[in-house]
Amino acid sequence: MSPAAMLRCFRGILWREILRFLQQYSRFIAALVRPLIWLFVFAAGFRSVLGVSIVPPYETYILYDEYVIPGLIAMILLFNGMQGSLSMVYDRELGSMRVLLTSPMPRWFLLLSKLLSGTLLSLAQVYVFLLIAFAYGIELPLAGYINVMPALLLSGMMLGGLGLLLSSMIKQLENFAGVMNFIIFPMFFTSSALYPLWKVEEASPLLRDICDLNPFTYAVELIRFALYGRFESFSALVVAGCMVAFVAGAIIAYDPSKGIINRVRAGAAA
Amino acid sequence: MAELAHLPVNPASSAPDALTVDGLTHRIGGRVVLEQVGLAVPAGRFVTLLGPNGAGKTTLLSLVTRLYNAQQGRITVFGHDVRKESSAALAMMGLVFQQRAIDPDLTARQNLSYHAALHGLPGKVARARIAAELERMNLSKDADRKIRTLSGGESRRIEIARALLHNPKLLLCDEATVGLDVRSRADIISDVRGLVRDRGTAVLWATHLIDEVEPEDFVIILHRGKVRRQGRAAEIAASLGADGLNEAFRRVTEAAA
Repeated sequence: MSPAAMLRCFRGILWREILRFLQQYSRFIAALVRPLIWLFVFAAGFRSVLGVSIVPPYETYILYDEYVIPGLIAMILLFNGMQGSLSMVYDRELGSMRVLLTSPMPRWFLLLSKLLSGTLLSLAQVYVFLLIAFAYGIELPLAGYINVMPALLLSGMMLGGLGLLLSSMIKQLENFAGVMNFIIFPMFFTSSALYPLWKVEEASPLLRDICDLNPFTYAVELIRFALYGRFESFSALVVAGCMVAFVAGAIIAYDPSKGIINRVRAGAAA
Repeated sequence: MAELAHLPVNPASSAPDALTVDGLTHRIGGRVVLEQVGLAVPAGRFVTLLGPNGAGKTTLLSLVTRLYNAQQGRITVFGHDVRKESSAALAMMGLVFQQRAIDPDLTARQNLSYHAALHGLPGKVARARIAAELERMNLSKDADRKIRTLSGGESRRIEIARALLHNPKLLLCDEATVGLDVRSRADIISDVRGLVRDRGTAVLWATHLIDEVEPEDFVIILHRGKVRRQGRAAEIAASLGADGLNEAFRRVTEAAA
């Protein structure tokens, strides 16, 4: 397949994702309401309870509302990544997955196109969230809005890659509740999204160790530093490494000779 | 490929068959679903793959379309090994799945455009072919309706139109008429037979419905994962001393029960 044909294929996959997204207003609203509730209710309540000392990348004392923004951005990416997983399972049950997987394009390319399309949609939601946060009074450095883009893309691809990998393991839509309980919530709460790591360590060194093992922590920190014009190289390395691992795992899982279809169809041969 | 001896291959033709399956064995969950299956679909011919539910038809077509790999055996499409040259093989195939595989929340045109993109067709070519296929199917007026608002027969025809957008030389239809009324079934079968006649498209028509087979059709009877008989419908019946394919099919499947 020529690069031009592959580009047309990617555009088609992206276009379908956008169409589906535009038809699902509730999905868009839910994706925004979740972090906004955390910002308007949770962060507002905790503003007076939690003090955040001057730790990089911050150069002055900041309000808790501002501290929590990178975590909430990452939350949007996390939920969208898992939503992508749900969408893959749904597509599989609906049969649309077969249409995708029987395209003559290489399967790795199809999966990456699907992943990148989902991530670009997540980015659009993140910027709408940042706009609302700005209107609410949370002003980040102007350059940060641009600087954060590569960090969002990398983190979004990592979390989307995780979703893609999970979709190869989930046999039915009903199993998706397990993803919520065992993936999304633990990842979010055992990270630096809500509290700085030094505060977590004060409360429980064990919890701090768990946060250190959680790739979501590094996505949050990468975004946090990027918003303030700084590059956190270790976080970038961890996020990139996890992205490669998750995506490679998903590509293997979707390989015709190894993963998903064999298992999913195990009970439905005919 | 001893089993291919019964097949209607033109010995004078050097062109590769549209589809060849040789020594295909596949297990799912430890159960043998296909066993030493061998068959061929010559270019430009209509071949019926006849088998009751659970015979292994869908599994066979899933292996041909490389949704998953066969554990043993070889499949080629116009000479391209499905495993080694999957891209070339898939580009030559059009597929109509047993399970509806069309996005109900998108319009007919949007579904077709998506498929065209998956095959890398340029926009202008895609638009022209979509218009032509919808016109041919007499569905132009429904182009911008969402699939969920169409009848079962209409959405099935959209799926067939979609399968033909990239001008495949081989069309695989897996129980394409299941769940449709008599008239829709007749329209679809007639349309697909027309493709063989007018475009020279080879068709593998998988079905469990004997009334979709015509006496002159080439038929492959698949039952419990094995090819039991193949040849012209009338010849199969005659070879078993049966009064028509219906009885022949009953005998074959009962004998193998």
